[in-house]
Amino acid sequence: MMINALPPALIMILGGLLVPLFKGRARQALLLLLPVISFINLLQIPVGSHWILPFLSDQIVLGRVDKLSLIFGYIFHLIAFLSAIYALHVDDTVQNVAGTVYAGAALGAIFAGDMFTLFVFWELLTISATFLILARRTERALGAGFRYFMVHVAGGLCLLAGIIMHVSQTGSAAFDLIGLGTIASWLIFIGIGVNCAWPVLHPWLTDAYPEATITGTVFLSAFTTKTAIYALARAFPGTEELIFIGATMAAFPIFYAVIENDLRRVLAYSLINQVGFMVVGIGIGTALSINGAIAHAFNDILFKGLLFMTMGAVMYRTGKINATDLGGLYKSMPWTCAFCIVGAASISAFPLFSGFVSKSMVMEAAALGEMRWVWFILLFASAGVFHHAGIKIPFFAFFSHDSGIRCKEAPPHMLLAMGISAALCILIGCFPQYLYSLLPYTIDYQPYTTSHVLAQTQLLFFSALAFTLLLLAGIYPAEIRSINVDADWIYRKGCRQIYRFSRWAFDGINEWANRTFAQQFTSLLAQFFEDPGANLQKHGYRLLVETSGIEGQHEQTIRKISIRSRTASYPVGIGVLLAVLILALTSMLLFLM
Amino acid sequence: MSQLPIDIDEKPPIDIDEELGMFDKPENVKRLLRIFYTCVVLLLVVDIFYHKHAIFAWEGYFGFYAVYGFVACVILVIVAKYVLRPMVMRKEDHYDD
Repeated sequence: MMINALPPALIMILGGLLVPLFKGRARQALLLLLPVISFINLLQIPVGSHWILPFLSDQIVLGRVDKLSLIFGYIFHLIAFLSAIYALHVDDTVQNVAGTVYAGAALGAIFAGDMFTLFVFWELLTISATFLILARRTERALGAGFRYFMVHVAGGLCLLAGIIMHVSQTGSAAFDLIGLGTIASWLIFIGIGVNCAWPVLHPWLTDAYPEATITGTVFLSAFTTKTAIYALARAFPGTEELIFIGATMAAFPIFYAVIENDLRRVLAYSLINQVGFMVVGIGIGTALSINGAIAHAFNDILFKGLLFMTMGAVMYRTGKINATDLGGLYKSMPWTCAFCIVGAASISAFPLFSGFVSKSMVMEAAALGEMRWVWFILLFASAGVFHHAGIKIPFFAFFSHDSGIRCKEAPPHMLLAMGISAALCILIGCFPQYLYSLLPYTIDYQPYTTSHVLAQTQLLFFSALAFTLLLLAGIYPAEIRSINVDADWIYRKGCRQIYRFSRWAFDGINEWANRTFAQQFTSLLAQFFEDPGANLQKHGYRLLVETSGIEGQHEQTIRKISIRSRTASYPVGIGVLLAVLILALTSMLLFLM
Repeated sequence: MSQLPIDIDEKPPIDIDEELGMFDKPENVKRLLRIFYTCVVLLLVVDIFYHKHAIFAWEGYFGFYAVYGFVACVILVIVAKYVLRPMVMRKEDHYDD
């Protein structure tokens, strides 16, 4: 079918590559226009599969447009646009290009109808994201970016291996429901899991996001994990393993978030916690739970983006991000503070804020499926997320003790981006039906029942009560300048040990081989071949003497051998005998061969 | 208090004691806390009169969500502070050698 539009990812990626040709205002205009043009282009594409091209024995599909890919397409354009506004002051070609291409790669991945296209955009996502981290240009960012790249390349290879096996087994590269079973499906599952920040595979996220540039982190928080959520929703809905993985993701990061000092790292942990809810929703696999997972992904992109924007603004103005250095900023940055509270209320799922209308869908689906433990863990995670993201972030940055920092309010373009995001969070929270109409399944879900509102309000207020009382009692853990080791210890310290061990082992072998073969053995050989005939005789003679035990003047005989050899004064008979022996030897060798 | 603002306005440096914000005054904080405690008590009182329609039976018990929210957060903080922190906390230069 011919349509008057371009493949969904093309405008952002090609446009992003054209960015270096422009400067100043023109570049700013281009960066703002690209998501808008790309969005208008997306609206021109009818539902269905487009841009089907032959590839090897199969075909690639550049644009599979259905309800599932469309909702991700909408929110990705929205956040790309908001991030572009937020990053308007950034005059750094690396970041400008990487941010735009990164958003384009995410679009390419979610509209990919086959696994090869998915893989290509998956890798482009990794490459462009790495540049957003490296662009911070600090030593830590360099290390974090390198680790980010290595982990994602490993995950990507796992995915590629799975794809190749899957295609050769099933004969089709179409990216549809896969389900767990074969080794190939497990490899694809784990490959997606790396991007989804599953437990133990997760530390790339909490390692790299807080080290990226101020604006880079806003981009990063939106695309990589949500693309993975899309891939899971497409290929593994209803996979029971996801329920356990998701529940773990929802629970464990909140403990880390409570004791973490770097506020952007706190948000990184809470990002994993929120993605946990989505993974559980996909794992349950009912229409309600998958809708809930996707609605929550939509909302999370907005409120997590908003929270990262506010912390970025604080960092932009003060140059600090650790809770120990901040506090009392509500006077200097009142608007940023207000937007941060909106983001905090949304992530905590306060009634009338966006999180309320999506998180509860997953929880209700778990309850309807009689999954008691999952439900209890998710409820614990809901209380916990309010605790660390809802209260801790705004409290330590804007209130708490006065840090003495006096700075300007965030620049207007940042305020605009934060303001639009905050408005959308409230809008979705108050009028969820617009979001619900975009979801892949048609369901009748009513978030605003008296029971639900009351239950959620009680949960949150008593969580807040716990925070207040613990803080007043001095039990709440004081922020300490420190880092907390996570699973990345395995490769950050562990690999160093492996390196040390292999250096010890292999250097030892090397040393020994050098000593034995290069030095001792060659010198022995050299000594021997200096005078091979005499040496042979001398050693033969010594052997004979020692075995037979003949007494006599051996030293004299040996000296005689040396002299005879040096002056080449062998009796003629012996010379002839040796020559004949050599001839016999060579002819025997010749005939035997 | 010695940290200098990164971004110095054209205005002369502000004396912190002169410009007390809303939340720097203890009486304001107290007032805020009193409002908060009242809300908390009210929410519990409401629970006596309104029976929640729930999927699980225990959701309808008096004060279930309130108690769960409170206890969950206390456990969260206690475990994070006394179990997790001693296990995982390292100096800031832990990875820098």
